[in-house]
Amino acid sequence: MNAARRPATDNAPLLNVEHLTMRFGGLVAIDDVSFEAADKQITAIIGPNGAGKTTLFNCLTGFYKPSVGRLALNHPTAGKFLLERMEGYRIPWRAGVARTFQNIRLFGAMSVLENLIVAQHNKLMGASAFTFAGLIGLPRYRNAEAEAVELARYWLDLVGLTDRADWDAANLPYGDQRRLEIARAMCTKPVLLCLDEPAAGLNPRESDGLNKLLTYIRDKHGIGLLLIEHDMNVVMEISDHIIVLDYGRKISDGSPEQVRNDPAVIRAYLGEEEDEDLPPEVAADLAAGTDQGGR
Amino acid sequence: MTVADDVSTGRAAAKPLDVPAVFKECGLTALVVFGLAVGMVAFRTRDVPGGLEIATRFGSVAAVTVIAFFGRLAVVLLREGRPLPVLATVLPFAVVMLVALLAAQFFEPGTAAAVGAYLPFGDVVVNWIITIVAFGFAGQAAWALRHTGASKKSIKDRERAMDEFAARFQRTARLIGPVLLAVAIVFPLLAFAPETPFLPKVDRRTLDIAILVATYIMLGWGLNIVVGLAGLLDLGYVAFYAVGAYSYALLATHYDLSFWICLPFAGMMAASAGIILGFPVLRLRGDYLAIVTLGFGEMIRVILLNWYSFTNGPDGISGIPRPSFFGLDFVRNAPEGVETFHSFFGLSYSPIDRIIFLYYVILVLALLTNLFTLRIRKLPVGRAWEALREDEIACRSLGINPRNTKLTAFSIGAMFAGFAGSFFATRQGFISPESFTFIESAVILAIVVLGGFGSQIGVVLAAIILIGLPEFFRDLQQYRMLAFGAAMVLIMIWRPAGLLAHREPTIRLPEKPKGESRSGSSAAGAAP
Repeated sequence: MNAARRPATDNAPLLNVEHLTMRFGGLVAIDDVSFEAADKQITAIIGPNGAGKTTLFNCLTGFYKPSVGRLALNHPTAGKFLLERMEGYRIPWRAGVARTFQNIRLFGAMSVLENLIVAQHNKLMGASAFTFAGLIGLPRYRNAEAEAVELARYWLDLVGLTDRADWDAANLPYGDQRRLEIARAMCTKPVLLCLDEPAAGLNPRESDGLNKLLTYIRDKHGIGLLLIEHDMNVVMEISDHIIVLDYGRKISDGSPEQVRNDPAVIRAYLGEEEDEDLPPEVAADLAAGTDQGGR
Repeated sequence: MTVADDVSTGRAAAKPLDVPAVFKECGLTALVVFGLAVGMVAFRTRDVPGGLEIATRFGSVAAVTVIAFFGRLAVVLLREGRPLPVLATVLPFAVVMLVALLAAQFFEPGTAAAVGAYLPFGDVVVNWIITIVAFGFAGQAAWALRHTGASKKSIKDRERAMDEFAARFQRTARLIGPVLLAVAIVFPLLAFAPETPFLPKVDRRTLDIAILVATYIMLGWGLNIVVGLAGLLDLGYVAFYAVGAYSYALLATHYDLSFWICLPFAGMMAASAGIILGFPVLRLRGDYLAIVTLGFGEMIRVILLNWYSFTNGPDGISGIPRPSFFGLDFVRNAPEGVETFHSFFGLSYSPIDRIIFLYYVILVLALLTNLFTLRIRKLPVGRAWEALREDEIACRSLGINPRNTKLTAFSIGAMFAGFAGSFFATRQGFISPESFTFIESAVILAIVVLGGFGSQIGVVLAAIILIGLPEFFRDLQQYRMLAFGAAMVLIMIWRPAGLLAHREPTIRLPEKPKGESRSGSSAAGAAP
């Protein structure tokens, strides 16, 4: 159909990222990163601040065009998509990649239910024959809308927001907003869900609930999840596969157990012992400097 | 500033008054006002035979300064929780002013002049404003006196209260709407009613104003699609109005097409203009978008002004045909072979028939706009517009095409402006670029902002306030823009979202169909 779409190959991973590089002028935000993410698995992407995790998400979901690299998505039914060639808004629509945002981006003045209905825009647009059938109120559109409401209700039940369906999204508590954003992304019926720090700002009980929700999505809906997270409890508990980025490069890739014991990861997170690298006179100056600074 | 600190900490009531600071503040205010007044009030040039003469109004400057000083004092005292002295001084002042004003109004000229000489300003309207403001202060003081100790409402509380009010108003609006509609339908027929003291007199002037108001209501509803729903600030909306008007005028005068055939064409032309504007501004938002649309509006006007061979330039287009009632013209004597409205229905000719017909035409067009908006809000496009207003990036992440969504908003909004424009052309019979200046865009936008973004009934109220009232009070013409500006400032302070900006969700979660009634359980995500 279009250049970005190829027939699916069997046994190919859900997402195959090859040699992804993203440069902003002279800054290399992502440097030759390759990895795979499977469906029915939670793949976590971790790394210190500024490691390029969100940039990676922005490349995947079409907000940035990668400088170099190939992002191949094997849709189980619709075939293979090369995400780097697709226009941004087509990625969630055609290829089934949904995402949430680090700073929550809900439609604040719209109700919770409306947020979930807007997520089903393209389906409803077709049912309303690009508004014309909807305008005169054909039953086809009414049925499609009822279906959309039922899907929304399913997700509302799941994230526990049914009672607040008619609230303005902006009035929800923080944790509810996070879950609503996930529900909204799921309403697009994705095959790959990208979550950008879903546990940020949640209390332990809420983040426990989030773990349950994410594993439920993985197990019952059989889709792949890509997760950026700083909360190591969440990451270690639910991920099947972890990728570690540092300064835009991939420094580790494997199961939680492997990554936890990888010296490169420990170095990136905890830093190296620096004293031994310093010449003795510099170290002495530094020590003197701290004394003076203390005055 | 100690005074300001007190306010911010909210313990103002119990504190002793810091008299020097208060006087300093009041003096400073008076000084600033004095400085402004010397420049703006003290001197004016007057036309006398043989040239201009400078007239001085130092009395007014003094009055302004004194009033500013005491007004500020009243503000400070109210702020410090001492309403009693304010009430005790302001109320007598206000009452005296009122009595004097009424006296000056109704007594014989001799007495009136004698009383008028004691009023602080030469101009009646300024005196009235001062009086009304004084009553406002007195009312506030009385209110504060009755509610001593009650903590001041925070801005957020007030916002919420206003929103609740708007919600209640809109709920009643569902009942008021049909009533208003019935009034709108019935009232022109009163022109035929015999003159009785019980019914308001409907004459040609009233109908003309009603037509004007209805035109602006329609424009407001049309712009509401672009600004209120899609959140695209459009300062050049009048351009589409102009495109519609010129489309009809040119088609009708060159090709002799009737109004009803031209109307869809005019809408289509305006919608195309909307798309032409839409494309270059797809990436812009907020202020930048406003600037470009402003420029677009001016471009259209300048093109109309200078493309003489096509648009007849500043001379405008005259002799635009009037609409007919299914082919029946509203004229006294029809040419050979053409039937007129009155002869077909066997009535005697009355020039007001045409005006009433025009009124119904614009009423129907406006209602069409309204129904369309109400309907499309509940359709995917309408929801996508609103989502786009809330967050464009989130829209893209959900697979909504921002380009098409924006373009539909621009073109549909423009289409309704085009309809209104061709109505304008047929009503006036003459159009020129002068009718499509920036101030028109500003007024339409003001109607939308004042009414509350996205509020349909708010637009009606705002159009009546901004268009209808000034037309009725033509005598106060020179204060019209002043009141306009003051109203805008006050609304921006009290209700930045507009008078009736309360948004009802377009869809509510229906009751669960029978069967499993497992309610979505709590925060844990219910995942078993």
